[in-house]
Amino acid sequence: MATRLKDADVVIVGLGAAGGVAALPLAQAGMDVVGLEAGTWLTKRDFAPDELRNNVRGWPQGVQKANQEIPTSRATASAPMAPRPSLHPMQNAVGGTSLHYWAQSWRLNPWDFKVVSETKRRYGASRIPAGSTVEDWPFGLDELEPSYDRVEHEVGVSGQAGNIGGTIDPHGNPFEGPRKRGYPMPPLRGTEFLEKMATAARSLGWHPFPGPAAINSRPYQNRSGCMYHGFCNRGGCHVDAKNSTMVTTIPRAQATGHLKVVQRAHATTIEVDAKGRVTGVNYLTDGVEYFQPAKAVLVAGFTYENVRLLLLSTSKAFPHGLANNRGQVGRHYFSHHQGAGVTALFPFDLKAWYGLPAQGFAVDDWADDNFDHANVDFIGGGNLWVYSDRRPIAAAGMSTFGRAPNWGSAWKAFIKANADRSNTSYIQKTTLPYEDNYLDLDPVVKDPLGYPVCRITGEYKDNERKIAAFTQEKMEQWYREAGAIAVQRAPVGGPMGVSTHAYGGTRMGDNPETNVVDRWGFAHEAPNLGVLGASVMGTSGARNPTLTVQALAWRTAEHLLKDWKRRT
Amino acid sequence: MTFISRRDLLKGVAVAPFTAPVARAFQARGSRSTDSLALQPLENLTASEMDILEAIVARLIPTDENGPGAREARAAHYIDRALGSALASSRQAYTAGLAAVDQYARSSRGVQFTALSPADQDALLTDIEKGTAAGFTGSSTAFFNLVLSHTHQGTFGDPHYGGNAHFIGWDLIAYPGVRTMVSGGDQKRLEANDLKPNHKSAYDYDGFTKTSGD
Repeated sequence: MATRLKDADVVIVGLGAAGGVAALPLAQAGMDVVGLEAGTWLTKRDFAPDELRNNVRGWPQGVQKANQEIPTSRATASAPMAPRPSLHPMQNAVGGTSLHYWAQSWRLNPWDFKVVSETKRRYGASRIPAGSTVEDWPFGLDELEPSYDRVEHEVGVSGQAGNIGGTIDPHGNPFEGPRKRGYPMPPLRGTEFLEKMATAARSLGWHPFPGPAAINSRPYQNRSGCMYHGFCNRGGCHVDAKNSTMVTTIPRAQATGHLKVVQRAHATTIEVDAKGRVTGVNYLTDGVEYFQPAKAVLVAGFTYENVRLLLLSTSKAFPHGLANNRGQVGRHYFSHHQGAGVTALFPFDLKAWYGLPAQGFAVDDWADDNFDHANVDFIGGGNLWVYSDRRPIAAAGMSTFGRAPNWGSAWKAFIKANADRSNTSYIQKTTLPYEDNYLDLDPVVKDPLGYPVCRITGEYKDNERKIAAFTQEKMEQWYREAGAIAVQRAPVGGPMGVSTHAYGGTRMGDNPETNVVDRWGFAHEAPNLGVLGASVMGTSGARNPTLTVQALAWRTAEHLLKDWKRRT
Repeated sequence: MTFISRRDLLKGVAVAPFTAPVARAFQARGSRSTDSLALQPLENLTASEMDILEAIVARLIPTDENGPGAREARAAHYIDRALGSALASSRQAYTAGLAAVDQYARSSRGVQFTALSPADQDALLTDIEKGTAAGFTGSSTAFFNLVLSHTHQGTFGDPHYGGNAHFIGWDLIAYPGVRTMVSGGDQKRLEANDLKPNHKSAYDYDGFTKTSGD
């Protein structure tokens, strides 16, 4: 029998990038907030510049909940299960994966909110890819702008604005939507190689700009500026210059006295009353059961866990899972087509040992609807990103571009000459939801507690593959312009495996027949259940989701405060 | 507060002041991790298994005109240690795979693997890499890739874990070393080929260790 704990106003399941942000406005308003976090507090002493531990072994110092619940995946409903990775890309800890993510902090572009209506308007309805279930968001960028602005300043984002109130600044992204003001910090510094890439892009007539990052380019909020030590990729920050929620919103929420952080709390199910309102969360700590009652519940795990927790929370009111009486939980799932990268070999050292993946130049000319799609056979596009990031084990594993074998003396001569001469771009591409791509519970594979893990059924379709091939061509052009002597393209398309950029499953929209949560992030079927995370996003854009996730989390929390009486 | 290492302090190196409001420095103790490598007890592999593994890693990253290789970097020692911890799930694969390598040498060349010339060892390893070697349970390519990947870890990983002895791996690829602070000036020096390798492990910086120090 679970121990019933003292009532809270709000319980948040997961104190990562999303839950850690939502806690702040709620606690500041005086709500009694309980944050259930499966992981523990870590500190900068845990964040050693150690490639073996961080990148190869996947943070053994963290609680291993996620690694014990890695989703299974298959390309289609009739395909066999794909090999399961040994590590989950996400992290359990106070601050979650915001501890070790790349920290690229983008706003979506205006088109991303209106893919359907803008495509119809400009090219006709026939250009919406067959089988896609994409919808317009229930609001536009203008409505989310204040939340973006708030989070950029609360968390701390460095970058170069490209559009302030409609005035374009050519040093920033000319394709971004209007923003009220610039970033709170200037962009991260460049390197000789990155500047060379920017010059090459300009000579092609493109518009390169330094990307936005939740990393301090100078001291901010009494925390250090970035030390550029080269272990940021899947590494925590030893000087707290990466603006994870662990060092930003969570401690500020705690300082109000209204946020209680519960570590090692493994949420299992959400309880519901006879009327279908949620009443609290069941969790385990060291195998002991607790029930945390609350007037409102905010689910803030990663996409796979949000969907799984809802599907596991069955009740009389919701026999097929919480907020799933219309069968929408798990639908409209997609993960960014992050693969299909392009790697180049240069005839000179790039001096890339001391960079970070958020330090670089982007080209947005081929993303979203920033170019005319009349003469191409796809919609959307990709953001081209070159960055400075290299560590020794990964460098030794570089492609030999067909110029040497993978071992032996010839390889050794190659790696000695070329370890610092390759660059791999990161091309994030528009990915759409489709009827037959979805999440559900695996009928066979279970976690150590006996609960089914999440199952991914999904593959990239024609539209995604065409974008990939198109953007690879552009990327190769860019590398060649900068002097690359060899260029390789990774395979395009394929099955959707476990991803760091996982969207949908609890999509946001006004229509309850096709969406789980309403425009404020609360379940259509359970008014005091909010969902935070990219699981509410209906489109991906061509850039990292975290800032949008955080802006939506802030907005959902603010709405809960305004609508408290009706919701609870 | 700066991130100057104790070693650099002793050398009187000037470091640009960073206004970093952090609790403690990550001071280096010197390169303790590379000292006392003379004794290498076997923790997991048998002596005969280790002989074969040593011979394999010495061909994967050989000692040649480009300097010392995986043998001198003690990649096999790294693997032996890790098989008792982070790589424990690979222990059985090593037992089976190393036995199969030796058996393949005996069946195809009539002698144990360690007795073959480097050229013959390379030829056998090529068969194993391509999946054409007989006698393996499952794919010999998978075993080859496993050993190659672990040899990279043991040659290019942090020396704290027992490999990359004397920073041989990092020197091979001209990695300038683990630093906790890289100023704009340091980056310029790197770009001007004027930033020397510092030969430090992450755990030479006190900030990342648990003990109170010497």
